[in-house]
Amino acid sequence: MTEPNAAAPETAAPDATGLSKRQVRRMKRFDNPWRNPKLIWGVGLLLGIIALGLLGRIFWDTDMVFTGSGLPRQAPVGIENMRGQVGSWAHPLGTDVTGKDILALLIVGAPNSLYVGVLASLIGMSIGIFLGFSAGFIGGRIDDVIRVGSDVMITIPPLLILVVFQAAYGDISLTIMAILIACFVWQSPTRLIRAQVLSMRESGYVQMARLSGASTGHIMFREMLPNLVPYLFGSFIANVTTSIVTAVGLEVLGLGPQRVPTLGRVIYDAINSGALIQNLWWWWGVPTLLLAVMFIGLLLINLGLDEVSNPRLRRL
Amino acid sequence: MARIPASYLTNRMITLVLTVLIAATLIWIIPRLSGLDPASAALGRMAAGGGSVANADQILAQLRETFGLDQPLLVQYLLYIKNTLTLDFGLSTASFPTPVSAMIANALPWTIGLMLISLVVTFIIGNLLGALMVWEHTPRLWKAAIPVAMVFTSVPPILSGLLLMYVFSTQLRWFPLSGPYGLNVEPGWTIDFAGSVLYHGFLPALSIVVVTFGFWALGMRGLMITVQGEDYTTLAKAKGLRPRYILYRYMIRNAILPQITAFALKIGMLVAGQVLVERIFAYPGMGKLLYDAILTQDYPVIQGVSFVIILMTALAVFLVDLIYPFIDPRIRHGG
Repeated sequence: MTEPNAAAPETAAPDATGLSKRQVRRMKRFDNPWRNPKLIWGVGLLLGIIALGLLGRIFWDTDMVFTGSGLPRQAPVGIENMRGQVGSWAHPLGTDVTGKDILALLIVGAPNSLYVGVLASLIGMSIGIFLGFSAGFIGGRIDDVIRVGSDVMITIPPLLILVVFQAAYGDISLTIMAILIACFVWQSPTRLIRAQVLSMRESGYVQMARLSGASTGHIMFREMLPNLVPYLFGSFIANVTTSIVTAVGLEVLGLGPQRVPTLGRVIYDAINSGALIQNLWWWWGVPTLLLAVMFIGLLLINLGLDEVSNPRLRRL
Repeated sequence: MARIPASYLTNRMITLVLTVLIAATLIWIIPRLSGLDPASAALGRMAAGGGSVANADQILAQLRETFGLDQPLLVQYLLYIKNTLTLDFGLSTASFPTPVSAMIANALPWTIGLMLISLVVTFIIGNLLGALMVWEHTPRLWKAAIPVAMVFTSVPPILSGLLLMYVFSTQLRWFPLSGPYGLNVEPGWTIDFAGSVLYHGFLPALSIVVVTFGFWALGMRGLMITVQGEDYTTLAKAKGLRPRYILYRYMIRNAILPQITAFALKIGMLVAGQVLVERIFAYPGMGKLLYDAILTQDYPVIQGVSFVIILMTALAVFLVDLIYPFIDPRIRHGG
């Protein structure tokens, strides 16, 4: 994979000012922070995952996620498995131990992981915005409760509580899992927004709005919120990563939704069926690769957003 | 040695106590809400093992009494809190009648050892690399290589564990596939045993280090950029101090402080990640114990392990908070 970060500078010979031609061109261009290469690459990678889910459903038979869709433990195209069978185009990425088609599993599973992450993060974010504004803007007793609450909850690892939950309840749906994860990802946006609101509260334009008799809701959401957008985006993306990591963690432990294909579940099945020892690398390798692409995409988006909100980080 | 302000101390204490209480309560409430009856579950397991159970009603009543289920909910809750705080989690149901606390005591040293090593190594590597990303005297090759290395850091530790395991254990066979020490060494305080433990622990630790150093590096990068623009850095340069001296004594020394707070917040996440790494490497720590307990539906063990890990996290955060005022004097002066 090309790394946009490493490829950016030193393309042309430097001129008298010590800047390369590319950098000079960059300086002359109107500065639109959102046209950030990292951001674009990251969004592109995530769109790739979504495209896999959408196009896959059109061009591939996703009913093959069910047991017995093909012979078990088939290798991908062009690779021979331990029994000397060469993979066929009927199952381009091979099959698992119960004959599920791995390509179909990935087409259904990859968007599911993304869905859990985005949903959990959206809910967590909404809670965070609400609590963060309340704590920072209203202050007093409410601030104390919210601050201590988020301090407490931030030290409890979500995975463990979810394990306890799941051991008691058994099967859960993707949406329930997302809601449960959301209960543990509201703390960092709450803290972030509280800190920002506290420093913003005393700024001129907020004072101005207050003196003009604007309502608390108007000041919070129309005056202050727009200024927080880059931070909110950054926090949102970081939370999507955390949520997906938690969800995949649950799935790899064999918990999480039992009837819906997810990437973590595929890896769980692979480890449990001895895919590592039997050298069936495609079984766990391809879902791992997809997850890695997803996480790298999210990381690039986050780095890009950092540069959007903090001009000091930008390069020429 | 200056004193820590009392308000700061009480604040931290309250957080610690609340964290432990809330975690214990959550662990207690969740299964009760599900309507799962531990007594009939235990009876069901007996029936599954023995084919049938005679005098089921009496046994059920007996089990209810042993589990304390015949008492009012509040009494049950208070008893549970008392037992939990004294680290008494009852008996394991899968490997009956081993006390859960004994199982945890066996697993805990492995987990703590692995965690401490990987935490310290990532903290050092991550912060150094993050500082080097900003420092103007960093060799070019390094400046190009560090962002590339970042790619790994967005991956959860379980995936890096799988990859490292595949490459180094099953393909190259440089490192063992699983287990805490070799089959041919006797556990004890011998050099052979220590070597074997290090050899077996290398890959699990590496898979955590590889994916976590980037978190520190990125944080450090942001902080270093701020420090780089400060007047004292400019002054140090103007005085003609050696660049390396400025890097360590002026820049890193100041930029590292917020990282230590982040250290406390990150511990919880790291522990959760490590649980999964232990599971795939069959490392006999808390993660393995938890995983086995999930497989055998051993509820007391699941509760105990979850609680102990949360307790450890909360204590670690508390300790970092206690040490912090001594590292950053600004806290002591109410800054």
